[in-house]
Amino acid sequence: MQITLTVNGTEVTAECEPRTLLVHFVRDTLKLTGTHWGCDTSNCGTCVLLMDGEPVKSCTVLAAMAAGREIKTVEGLAQNGTLDPVQQGFMAEHGLQCGFCTPGMMMTARALLDRNPDPDETEIRTAISGQICRCTGYSTIVRSVQWAAKNQEGASA
Amino acid sequence: MTILEQQPRETNPAAGDESRPIGFGRLQRKEDPRFVRGKGRYLDDIVLPGMLHGAILRSPVAHARIVSIDTTEALAHPKVLAVITGKDLEGLNLAWAPTLSYDVQAVLATDKVRFQGQEVAFVVAEDRYAARDALELIDVDYDVLQPVVDVRKALDADAPVIRDDLENKSDNHIFDWEAGDAAETDAIFAEAEVVVSEEVVYPRVHPAPMETCGAIADYDQIDGKLTLYETTQAPHAHRTLFALVAGLPEHKIRVISPDIGGGFGNKVGIYPGYILAVVGSIVTGKPVKWVEDRSENLMSTSFARDYIMKADVAATREGKILAVRTHVIADHGAFNASANPTKYPAGFFHIFTGSYDLAAAYCKVTGVYTNKAPGGVAYACSFRVTEAVYLIERMVDVLAAKLQLDPAQLRLKNFIRPEQFPYANKTGWEYDSGEYEKTFRLALGKAGYDELRREQAEKRARGELMGIGISFFTETVGAGPRRHMDILGLGMADGAEVRVHPTGKAVVRLSVQTQGQGHETTFAQIVAEEIGIPPEDIEVVHGDTDNTPFGLGTYGSRSTPVSGGAVALATRKVREKAKHIAAAMLEVRPEDLEWEKGRWFVAGDPTQGKTMAEIAMGAHGTVELPEGIDGNLDAEVTYNPPNLTFPYGAYICVVDVDPGTGHVKVRRFIAVDDCGTRINPMIIEGQVHGGLTDGVGMALMEFIGFDESGNCLGGSFMDYLIPTAMEVPDWETDFTVTPSPHHPIGAKGIGESATVGSPPAVVNAVVDALAPYGVTHLDMPCTPDRVWAAMQGRATPPI
Repeated sequence: MQITLTVNGTEVTAECEPRTLLVHFVRDTLKLTGTHWGCDTSNCGTCVLLMDGEPVKSCTVLAAMAAGREIKTVEGLAQNGTLDPVQQGFMAEHGLQCGFCTPGMMMTARALLDRNPDPDETEIRTAISGQICRCTGYSTIVRSVQWAAKNQEGASA
Repeated sequence: MTILEQQPRETNPAAGDESRPIGFGRLQRKEDPRFVRGKGRYLDDIVLPGMLHGAILRSPVAHARIVSIDTTEALAHPKVLAVITGKDLEGLNLAWAPTLSYDVQAVLATDKVRFQGQEVAFVVAEDRYAARDALELIDVDYDVLQPVVDVRKALDADAPVIRDDLENKSDNHIFDWEAGDAAETDAIFAEAEVVVSEEVVYPRVHPAPMETCGAIADYDQIDGKLTLYETTQAPHAHRTLFALVAGLPEHKIRVISPDIGGGFGNKVGIYPGYILAVVGSIVTGKPVKWVEDRSENLMSTSFARDYIMKADVAATREGKILAVRTHVIADHGAFNASANPTKYPAGFFHIFTGSYDLAAAYCKVTGVYTNKAPGGVAYACSFRVTEAVYLIERMVDVLAAKLQLDPAQLRLKNFIRPEQFPYANKTGWEYDSGEYEKTFRLALGKAGYDELRREQAEKRARGELMGIGISFFTETVGAGPRRHMDILGLGMADGAEVRVHPTGKAVVRLSVQTQGQGHETTFAQIVAEEIGIPPEDIEVVHGDTDNTPFGLGTYGSRSTPVSGGAVALATRKVREKAKHIAAAMLEVRPEDLEWEKGRWFVAGDPTQGKTMAEIAMGAHGTVELPEGIDGNLDAEVTYNPPNLTFPYGAYICVVDVDPGTGHVKVRRFIAVDDCGTRINPMIIEGQVHGGLTDGVGMALMEFIGFDESGNCLGGSFMDYLIPTAMEVPDWETDFTVTPSPHHPIGAKGIGESATVGSPPAVVNAVVDALAPYGVTHLDMPCTPDRVWAAMQGRATPPI
């Protein structure tokens, strides 16, 4: 089947099977490999991207369900070569180690800050509670999001 | 004192700028810019032209004879190019492959399946969905056999023999291994005033890195070269083993380990899927990718622990610990694929004497086969130091309860004292350095230990359950001296090569491979510290056997202790060579020169000098070089460490237990680590945080269990629970610095300290919380139901 959707601001039309998962469509068809896959049961959250501004686990969404929707992946976070404050925060506060969960964590953080520009620690932990990081122990992810909240304006690459 | 304060500022102009140290100090990671952009290049991101996809059919049962395999329908699938069974591999002499412990493991089962999830057939298809579809079309007829699930009964006379493939094998015994002096230890026990005994179980857990394991094999049929992309922590060891196993010439094998999404020991061994990708590529003439799913990862790749430890501690009434002895039953699963140094089938478990000065110690470890997945050494365990630390730290608390002594006071009475280092323990280790009491008191102070005990007393009076748990651990890492330590005959040394380019920029090539530890940053900082070239001007190359020197790879916290030594020594060779070249350029004698970071200058006349960049250009330029100095600024070292390193730490955990539900909340965790010289404090702290989370996970949630039929009960993230941000506190960390006296830069390694050290702190806290119920021991995982049962006096082992 053929689907049309907006990905990182650009309209895309492509073929997929009705059963194709959005995570595989994004990775294999669109070649946007920043979105990862890490479990079979929608527990790990390495596949999180934004659909119409909301974080979704793209292993639990069929590509066909994303037709007509607006998808944002990690590749769409930076604007005109300027890193999103969330991306800068993860570097500044050591919010990543192996980097595998990082895109999903950053997309959730972006969505959180869009609706709550000054979240407290509990709100940040709750926001990422559906995602697993095996490396960082989460404290530095919390600090990374707090860094981004403090530096929303005027951040540069 | 921070490491920055230790550096003399006058010789390090950037030391005052925390963001850009030239050498050791907090530095943002060089690898992060690609990761935060989604531009990491993990195995499944790699797409080769014409690439096919493989999928593995796995056994649904734990123990069965294979009656027949019918692949007709799968082969008829329009997108399927090949279906490979064990029979096909027998023709290639590849049905069985050697393990890392001198056993063999079935690549695809030929005679029997021996654990649920074992590899039975391999499909190669045009895309990953078609490959999965075709698995459904393979028909396997199994004759189900009685499985061996309970390791305590595995050696019973009537237990089914799992490994009837081995000649004359009539039981499930793998090995017995001993350390220490049994007679000396028993003599002390016979006279001891106090003896405590406990069975301490470290259940089976799994490293479960976020990226599962996989491989892409690309066999070039014209020049016979195999390019093998793998999720591997040890690319060089894999290349050599592939040469030995598959008979391919070693120079025609290139192993590339791209960005790795976490390893934790899960990506050390060679799994059947890797070999099958190679076979698939040879058979089809095209590149073949195989990536396992999460259930395959949890059910078939290397698990960790699975030790049942019966232990006794002998002590005086005053609390002086005299001796420890233990007998362990080690469940190695269906194949002995444990990744140990050859001479140590139980890894480094014999460091179970811990941080204490004992008169005697003895252990015996019995390894057995069961119908479960193979493995054992993984999950940041430092070759079984995890089990050792858990045992001694749990038993010290059992003794404290018996003697009604404060567990902190009991530890203080028994620490190895600073003046005793280097300390020879009773099982053969020589601890390099330590100031245990100093580190311990820092942790106690940071926790506010006395205040916590007061708070606990008040809460107990109100019926609230608060627990304070202590763990003081000593690790032995950085294996190791190659005369003692090898894996399948390959000595555990590592190489490093440093080249300074004509313009003064440098490249360092490593045999070890990062899985997220930040090697591209840490190793650049070691070079920077030694020759003053800023880290941003140093490229770190790793994970490609065609472009790096030989070495055994990253596991057991080896990278900094072994490769860090190699890099430091190679860089010092460069610095020494630079001295001779600078002398030629300045027309003085080399012995007239003095070094400051990044520059050789004439003693007494600092204006006369040459920077590394000037010397590099001289080395490659037209300067008349002294005799014996060739025209480059390169050096290579293979570092064979003289001893292991012994990082240590003091951990304190505070928990609150809900008396109504048995739910454990980790409220605080204080971790004071001593890993010797600190290269990048930010990275070190990150390593500690991650390990602490592992520890909370194992203590409270993570468990790979089996039912009586051998069905794996931890085969997905629905069942194998890993801490999220909600289950762990904001970590409180601090450090002391006791450099290793034998290591070139004094560094001891930090990668596994917290995973090793934290589980006993959590469990000791839970048991402490339950003291009003008379609980003196509870095995992991301390799930609400198990805690609740313990409160009712019905604590049971998990296996």
